[in-house]
This record gives sequence, C-alpha cells and structure tokens, in this order.
Amino acid sequence: MTVADLATVYRDEYGRLVASLARRFGDLDIAEESASEALLAAVQRWPTDGVPPNPGGWLFTTGARKAIDRIRRESQRESKHRAAMTLVDDTPPEPNGPVEDDRLRLIFTCCHPALALPSRVALTLRLLGGLTVADIARAFLVPETTMAQRITRAKAKIKQAHIPYRVPAPEDLPPRLEAVLAVVYLVFNEGYLAGAGDDPVRAELCDEAVRLGRTLRSLLPDEPEVAGLLALLLLSDARRRSRFDENGELVPLPEQDRGGWDRTLVAEGHAIVRECLARNRPGPYQLMAAVNAVHTDAPAAADTDWGQIVRLYDRLYRLTPTPWSPSTEPSRSPRSTAPRSRCPLWRVCRWPATTRGTRPARSCCAGSAGVPRPGRSTRPPSRRPRTPANAPT
Amino acid sequence: MTQYMLSVIHGELNYSDEEMQRIVAAVDEFNATLRSQGNWVFAGGLEPPTSATTVDGTRAEVVITDGPFAETKEHLGGFWVIEAEDLDAALKIAAAGSKACAVPVEVRPFQSA
Repeated sequence: MTVADLATVYRDEYGRLVASLARRFGDLDIAEESASEALLAAVQRWPTDGVPPNPGGWLFTTGARKAIDRIRRESQRESKHRAAMTLVDDTPPEPNGPVEDDRLRLIFTCCHPALALPSRVALTLRLLGGLTVADIARAFLVPETTMAQRITRAKAKIKQAHIPYRVPAPEDLPPRLEAVLAVVYLVFNEGYLAGAGDDPVRAELCDEAVRLGRTLRSLLPDEPEVAGLLALLLLSDARRRSRFDENGELVPLPEQDRGGWDRTLVAEGHAIVRECLARNRPGPYQLMAAVNAVHTDAPAAADTDWGQIVRLYDRLYRLTPTPWSPSTEPSRSPRSTAPRSRCPLWRVCRWPATTRGTRPARSCCAGSAGVPRPGRSTRPPSRRPRTPANAPT
Repeated sequence: MTQYMLSVIHGELNYSDEEMQRIVAAVDEFNATLRSQGNWVFAGGLEPPTSATTVDGTRAEVVITDGPFAETKEHLGGFWVIEAEDLDAALKIAAAGSKACAVPVEVRPFQSA
C-alpha cells in the first residue's frame, strides 16, 4: 500500500466515516476526532496487515471503538452522563427523510440556514471533504486561527442550538437543497475564479466541488438541479487548462484553445444536460449547464449557436430575475442578434443544435455572480480583471 | 426536547387600533396552537422599556436607575419559552410566531442541564 493509495482511501472514506460516526454518537467533535484516529490506525496497520476486505466497515468499527474510549475517558473526567448513555443507546435509524445515507444528513447539517454562509462552506469542506483547517484557511486566504475559530463556533452552534442531523422532510427539501447547492457552487467558483493570491485557479477547490457535486448526485439522483449543478461544474472545469495563458491572464472563451478542453468531462456534462432536457424540470443550474453545453458543443467559437444561448439566458432571467442580475438580460447584449423570444424556451431548446446561429461578437456573455462569496470584505483587491461567475470562460 | 426562548424584538411601533386588534387575535391563535401541540412552556408580553428599572447589586451599595440597561431603538417586547424537538422545529414555530406578532423573532436555545 502506497502513500497515494492511503490518500485515496482518506479522500474516499473521510466524509462517509465522519457522517456515520456523527450519526452514531450525535456529536461532530467526537466524530471528527475518532475518524482521524481510525484513519491513523489504518495508515499504521494496513501497510503491514494488508487492506481489509471492507475498508469502510473496518474504519467505522475502529472509529466507533475510539469514540467509545473517548466518551469513557471524558465521562470519568467530567461525568458526562448523557454522553455515556450513547454507549448503550443504539440509535435506531430515523425513518423520516427520503434517503438513508449518513453523508446526506451531514451535508444538510453543515449547510443549515441557521449557520452563516462562510461557516457552511468551511464545515462542508472540513467534514465532508476532509480538507484540513490549514487547507481551507489557505484556500480562502484567512489566517488558520480565524478558520479554526469559524469551524469551532459553527460546530458549537450545531450542538447548542440542536441543529438536527437529518435529511429534511420532502416538503422542506427544495429550499434546503438550494442552500446545499449554493455552497458547492460557491466552493467551485472560489476555485475557478480565485479572487486573490497568486494562482489564477485554486484547483483543489474546483476538484473538491466536483467531488461534492458527484456525491450529491449519487445521493439525490432524482433532483434535476443536483444534476444541473454537476453538469455545470463539469463543463466549466473541462475548460480549466485553456482558461489562462502562460502569463496567468484570462483567455476569453472565443480565443481559447478548444483542443485543450477535457473531452471526457465535456461528454459527461453533455450527457447530464441531455438527461435534464428529457426530464424537463428546468432550474437555474440546469439552464447554466445548458448554456455551457452549447458553448462546448461548438467546434470553433464562430460555430457557437448564439440563438440557443440567448434563449437559455432569457429563460434563466425569467426564472431568477434578480440573482443572475439584470445586466445579463440577453436582449440588451450587443452580440445578440436573435429575436427575443417569449415562448417556453426550455421545451423548444434544440440543443444539441441542428442549425447554427448567428456569428458571435468578440467577448462572451456578460453576467454577474449571483451567489454571495464568503470572506470577500477581508480580501485584498483582485489583481486581475474578474469575470462574472456565470459567464463562461 | 429542547427549550428555546423566542424573543420578540420590537422597534418603534405605531399600529392603528385595528391593526393592533388583528395582531392580538393572531397571537392568541398562535398561543392556542402552541398549547395544543405541546410546545407551550411560558410566554408573556412586556410593558414598554420606559417602565424598566435597572438594579446594580454588584457594588457595596445597590444602585437603582430609571430606564432599561441598554438604550437601543430595538428592545425586547415579549417572549415565548417553547419546547421543540430541534432547531428546525423551533424555527418553524418562530416563523409562525413572527408572522402572528408582525415583528422579527430571535430564537435561542436554553443551556441544557
């Protein structure tokens, strides 16, 4: 077993392990610490003993044992009777909630609206993504102590205010899911449009957002916006390599080397968008994914079907007039020569295009970030021109 | 079950008699729901902050001052103490309470014993 193998196990298992332990013991601190101890035990034992047949099960059993040890120690020291109760209290699985995966509960806890947005982002990356506090602090350009405090406070609030560890009931799901998707999208944008620092892209944040997007999709396969978000992330991420020149300057979409786009990601994104079109329950993420699908479908910038893009932006604007900003209103865009349509566009969207639209003007679509970004005010001003979040680059 | 305090935050209120009557009726109805659903612990409305007296017993001599401890535009107008399954349940109740009394409500858990 190599270091790389261990890293893979860590990445694959950390979130699941913390989630299962949190449900078993009802305490995020205990879950987090025992998960780390279990993974440490794995690092020590597996290279000599070999990887057990069910690594996840081994980690959970080991983690649970560590947690019980910890609770025993603490209950002796601080007479935490209630915590000690969990030693005998085998919590039955809660029947409410459409899915029984512990990670899903954890995501909804981490992204609870009673927590401030920066805290939701930090908690999600820490507990589900397994990023270290130092990693997260570096990614958001705040001192490590600040980030540690943010996470500690958020965990304390979850405990003190009894934020439930539960998948919301179906009738509460839509707004709560929106909050979860916003966190994942924000993590991606933070990486894709790195606001400060030397790197134009923070790859680790993009990767993590895609991972979270994939996890969500596997947990909620029937939610169209979950699919839409993943497609949007994949189709944006596919262009990562071509987005900056050797000087770190942003290359506008029409000038990008399309040969540098990751065709596997593009194909995966296109397949999901097709699935969304077939499902026909459009939402903002699906529409943005469709815009990106049209762009990535064009062999050259000149082949872009701007008519489709205008119709999709039109539809997006009608769906969410404010968050995506009136400045994105396509009919005012100078490059738009297609007539402004008012028909139900999603249904007539012919992507992949059968007819190519009008020639585009130079730059790509304007837009503006709809999702608030954490920690902005503490940042130094950006050193390079920023591109709006929903304008493909 | 956890106990939560729902604090009713008042600014300067200028309700007409008619509006006031509507609010009182809505709050009565909300209180009845709290009781029937088993969330009710205690509740009360407070007289205005001008009726407050601040007492400082931390020094050798007790100091009594007219007026509230903090001079702010917003003040505590009343409160509910409720029992709820978890924060989600408390937030739902608070939303209904806020709607009934037509001002925002702050939700805070009591320290658990």
